[in-house]
Amino acid sequence: MEAVVEYMTGGGIIPFILGAVLRIAVVLLFLLLFCVPFLIWMERRVMALMQARVGPNRVGPFGLLQPIADGIKLFFKEDITPTGVDKVVYYAAPIVVLIPAIVTFSVIPFGSIFPHQGTAIAPGVNVGLLFAFAMMSLSVYGVVLAGWASNNKYSLLGSLRSSAQMISYELTLGLSVIGVLMLAGSLNLMEIVRVQQLPILPGTADTWLQHFKNWFVFKQPIGFALYLIASMAETARIPFDLPEAEGELVAGFHTEYSSMKFATFFMAEYAFVVAHSALMTVLFFGGWSGPLLPGIFWFLLKVFSIIFFFMWVRSTLPRFRYDQLMNFGWKILLPIALVNVFVTGILISLLNPQTP
Amino acid sequence: MIQYLPILILLLIAVGIAVGQIALSNFLGPKKPTPEKNAPYECGIIPAEDARKGVWVRFYLIGMLFILFDMETVFLYPWAVIYRRLGMFGLMEMAVFLAILLIGYVYAWKKGALTWD
Repeated sequence: MEAVVEYMTGGGIIPFILGAVLRIAVVLLFLLLFCVPFLIWMERRVMALMQARVGPNRVGPFGLLQPIADGIKLFFKEDITPTGVDKVVYYAAPIVVLIPAIVTFSVIPFGSIFPHQGTAIAPGVNVGLLFAFAMMSLSVYGVVLAGWASNNKYSLLGSLRSSAQMISYELTLGLSVIGVLMLAGSLNLMEIVRVQQLPILPGTADTWLQHFKNWFVFKQPIGFALYLIASMAETARIPFDLPEAEGELVAGFHTEYSSMKFATFFMAEYAFVVAHSALMTVLFFGGWSGPLLPGIFWFLLKVFSIIFFFMWVRSTLPRFRYDQLMNFGWKILLPIALVNVFVTGILISLLNPQTP
Repeated sequence: MIQYLPILILLLIAVGIAVGQIALSNFLGPKKPTPEKNAPYECGIIPAEDARKGVWVRFYLIGMLFILFDMETVFLYPWAVIYRRLGMFGLMEMAVFLAILLIGYVYAWKKGALTWD
């Protein structure tokens, strides 16, 4: 909001654009040069820890530079284009997956270096959440195109499974946040965080503990559980990693992809994991709210805690069977999500809490 | 519309990154194609027939059901945002809307459209 206010009150368009470019630079450098390599390292180390192994520990301190070394290696690998592929679509597919993964971050707000404050690349977009979901669902196009273009039976089967799974769980994902929208009364993600930082009753002390009690995870526990499950399915992580079920489908839709095209799919996958964790933090855990320390510290602490939970689940649970997966999504999660919307509506009408 | 300008800038940069890194690796990597290396992977045997042979009809069914329910979700979003200002009227309106949808959902379930076999 501040950026728009700044523009409106005569800050001018040049400072507005410069501020946006600065935030874009910070987010992109952090996301692509720190988050994605760090998450790959973290995933391998955490899983190794849980399986009583060591994990990568040779390249750099604690093996931290291993993903960087792998990335550099992938740049110098041969870019194989199999015979019979549809060349334009084959090259476009990883690009179509990565672009929405990056653009999603334009509306996700993050904490700033001051306590209780945050900003986003485009903070004034009043349909923020809808935009984020729209961008996230665009990635399914890349998956379908990759499978179709590859001229490989495993790729086609993997992409069909993957796209059917993604669209099935997208319904639950979309419905699970409606309770939050009813409570917050806005689609702007900055505004949703601001509502969670209000004291429960006007006039009570504006302490951090009051903010904590106001987090939507306590008012929408079922919505949060639905979002958590659906986001695991959306990002195709175990126990929902059927698109990449190694035993049956080789590597799913990216079987025929090599070198940096393969890495692009993986960058997009990790970017989506970060995006979903950040959205969960914003929607259910009060964004950057926390005592004393800078907002960005609390924001990243919450985001990485959720990602750690994803990794924990990955090393704990076995994979679903495909019919179980589809039946679970359509016959269990979808009705629960609809009932949750309706029950939330009735409760708000009955209790009629203060309109924020 | 000025608030959407940063998204446009980010989109252009994202296109640059995605295209750039694939073009760069294409430029840096070696190019030594052989017929065996370029064959589509099929567990080591020679690929039998064309891979693009058509899609099981159930996937189309899932796609159609998805469009129906996703549109419903999009209708729910503006309703949810102004729910507190609508009061009891809003709840009743949505109850009717959801009830009609529920009939369709139960019908699809009874017809076996949701059961994957």
